[in-house]
Amino acid sequence: MQQSQCTKWMTHGEAGLMLFFSMAAFVCAFAAAKALDAPFAFHASLTAVASGVASFAIMNRYLDRPASLPPEEINGKPNYNVGPIKFASFMAMFWGIAGFAVGLLIASQLAWPALNLDLPWTSFGRLRPLHTSAVIFAFGGNVLIATSFYVVQRTCRTRLVGDLAPWFVVLGYNFFILIAGTGYLLGVTQSKEYAEPEWYADLWLTIVWVVYLVVFVMTLVKRKEPHIFVANWFYLAFIVTIAVLHLGNNPALPVSVFGSKSYIAWGGVQDAMFQWWYGHNAVGFFLTAGFLAIMYYFIPKRAERPVYSYRLSIIHFWALIFLYIWAGPHHLHYTALPDWAQTLGMTFSIMLWMPSWGGMINGLMTLSGAWDKLRTDPVLRMLVVSVAFYGMSTFEGPMMSIKVVNSLSHYTDWTIGHVHSGALGWVGFVSFGALYCLIPWLWDRKGLYSLKLVNWHFWTASIGIVLYISAMWVSGILQGLMWRAYTSLGFLEYSFLETVEAMHPFYVIRAAGGALFLIGALIMAYNLWMTVRASEADIGTELALQAAE
Amino acid sequence: MSFWTRHQIFEKNSVILIAGILVVIAIGGLVEITPLFYLKSTIEVVDGVRPYTPLELAGRNIYVREGCYLCHSQMVRPLRDEVERYGHFSLAAESMYDHPFQWGSKRTGPDLARVGAKYSDEWHVTHLTNPRAIVPQSVMPGYPFLAQTEVDTAVVADNLKASRVVGVPYSDEQIRNAVADLKAQADPDNVGTDAFAKRYPKAVIRNFDSKAGAPTEMDALVAYLQMLGTLIDFKLYNEKANLR
Repeated sequence: MQQSQCTKWMTHGEAGLMLFFSMAAFVCAFAAAKALDAPFAFHASLTAVASGVASFAIMNRYLDRPASLPPEEINGKPNYNVGPIKFASFMAMFWGIAGFAVGLLIASQLAWPALNLDLPWTSFGRLRPLHTSAVIFAFGGNVLIATSFYVVQRTCRTRLVGDLAPWFVVLGYNFFILIAGTGYLLGVTQSKEYAEPEWYADLWLTIVWVVYLVVFVMTLVKRKEPHIFVANWFYLAFIVTIAVLHLGNNPALPVSVFGSKSYIAWGGVQDAMFQWWYGHNAVGFFLTAGFLAIMYYFIPKRAERPVYSYRLSIIHFWALIFLYIWAGPHHLHYTALPDWAQTLGMTFSIMLWMPSWGGMINGLMTLSGAWDKLRTDPVLRMLVVSVAFYGMSTFEGPMMSIKVVNSLSHYTDWTIGHVHSGALGWVGFVSFGALYCLIPWLWDRKGLYSLKLVNWHFWTASIGIVLYISAMWVSGILQGLMWRAYTSLGFLEYSFLETVEAMHPFYVIRAAGGALFLIGALIMAYNLWMTVRASEADIGTELALQAAE
Repeated sequence: MSFWTRHQIFEKNSVILIAGILVVIAIGGLVEITPLFYLKSTIEVVDGVRPYTPLELAGRNIYVREGCYLCHSQMVRPLRDEVERYGHFSLAAESMYDHPFQWGSKRTGPDLARVGAKYSDEWHVTHLTNPRAIVPQSVMPGYPFLAQTEVDTAVVADNLKASRVVGVPYSDEQIRNAVADLKAQADPDNVGTDAFAKRYPKAVIRNFDSKAGAPTEMDALVAYLQMLGTLIDFKLYNEKANLR
């Protein structure tokens, strides 16, 4: 009673953020007026509008809300914060479909180049970063933020720290994606693979990421459990290391604070080393550590079995993060990078096979005593197959990092195939499995709208992946062998162009595989949409209990 | 106390866990990256490598903008077939003024590290406008808009200035005359060609797109492509001195 009588005040966060966004709106409007190039003017205007909207939304939310903030607990049970998680899950599905669709388009452009349309913003060179960023950072990133916020609350039995901060993270992150993505189409890029966004997008991401780290760590700090659950170690390693990598790879000097172009601080061979230190660990920490966290929470949860081995998870964790960071130079074999660095990169990449398979074993063996569920639960099947793909691509990776193998595979489609067995098979399937679990939990539904549709998704996507990666194995190895083929007289047998021509049938098969994978994702989106829309009668009362576990 | 009990210190303290992660991930990066900044053998000692001319730099920025690096590497590996197909293997010195580097990771199209002076300007202009007009089997996108867009001269000097801050040795004179040099390189009849040639010895002066008027993005990109891999005279290069 006392609470409802007290006068309503803005929190420090509300007042501070309103001030921040109001000022940002003016600064960005000014920058838009002074802009030296059109893309910068567009981005500054977009940011000015977004800041204005944010400031208005904070005021509106303040006026509508009760005097006191949501309580930490209701009837002795943690009052979990699910709003930002719902938003990030929705965005993950949205960006996933967008990213897969752009992937299909650029795959088709390689088979039928007329699809480039000869326009600046539809050419392969601008769309390819859009595809990679959309699937890795937009789809994968939203899945990671959504699941990490969910898992950290459940395993710490406490509400997420902050009132506006979690919203700042999810909205700010998606705004970064918007700026980065539209930038690529307009030709704004610093050309460092998977780190293409220009300086201002990088700065904004840094702010968002620091808030993400703070929200995550402060939630860990106020946990009600004595131990930090293993999934959270992996989430933490992912968040901390991505921050370090982002700062290390991106220091750049803008030509003007009113222009989009910048020059990166590192040059030549040092820039190459920084780039692949970053690039390979975007794989290692974004696409691996983060998604292993998902594996460590969602597979035990769905299989209703404990994690197979606690000791294996400790060894797995430290060995994985220690070894991964060394692996970057295997992207630079036989280049002008000094040999000693290449040798180090190869050695550690081969060693990395062990912790990777340790993680796979830990994930798969968690099903001990529950293997029969694979027949009846297509969601669990998706999660388990993802771990199998993880095992496959973490064997293929160390093999390709061996210099003699790399001399054949590098610069060919084999690399593309390898990436996609990891990205579609491991990251894609483990994310789909997690979202299939998460959506009914978040919206308090008894279960999914249709398990049959999950089954359809599983098989469509699986066939798509098989078509994709086998086409790329064949085209990659074929092209690598053609490049180095000699005639009996000692001349190079094929011109470069003949090797391009030989790729065509495989590019068509690859596009077909991508199309199947996209169709699977559309089936999933429909299924999840219908799950959320399920009538009130379907809302399970026992789910409230399950959620409180 | 067993190892597993000791590990609880990480499981029970989030700050110690963060510190542990930071230490563990720092080692590999420090060992692999820092020596590249002080080991003298990292970058070979060679003659001939110079900063890009303003026109070449503008062309390079277009190369970056259009994402050419996604299909073309600029790194010839020391393998028999590559050296025969493309030319001498690439040296670290050849990209020492490259911010960012453009070594690439995929060859959907051929390597471009030594493409300079291999084809005529006219070949490049036709090919960039419509690749299939000259190479029917090509899967490259067409870039007809380059020939219709003039190079933005407003930022040319600032591009050189920013490059100098990150370590490219442009002189005050080169920065002061950036716009004049950009125009002179694309126009053999320009009064500034002699001064340009003095500032950038051996740089090629031609009307790359063979169109009259202000330099276009096509001029800039072709100027950049035509100088790639041409700076070092490998007849004079002392391989033994740079063994590492």
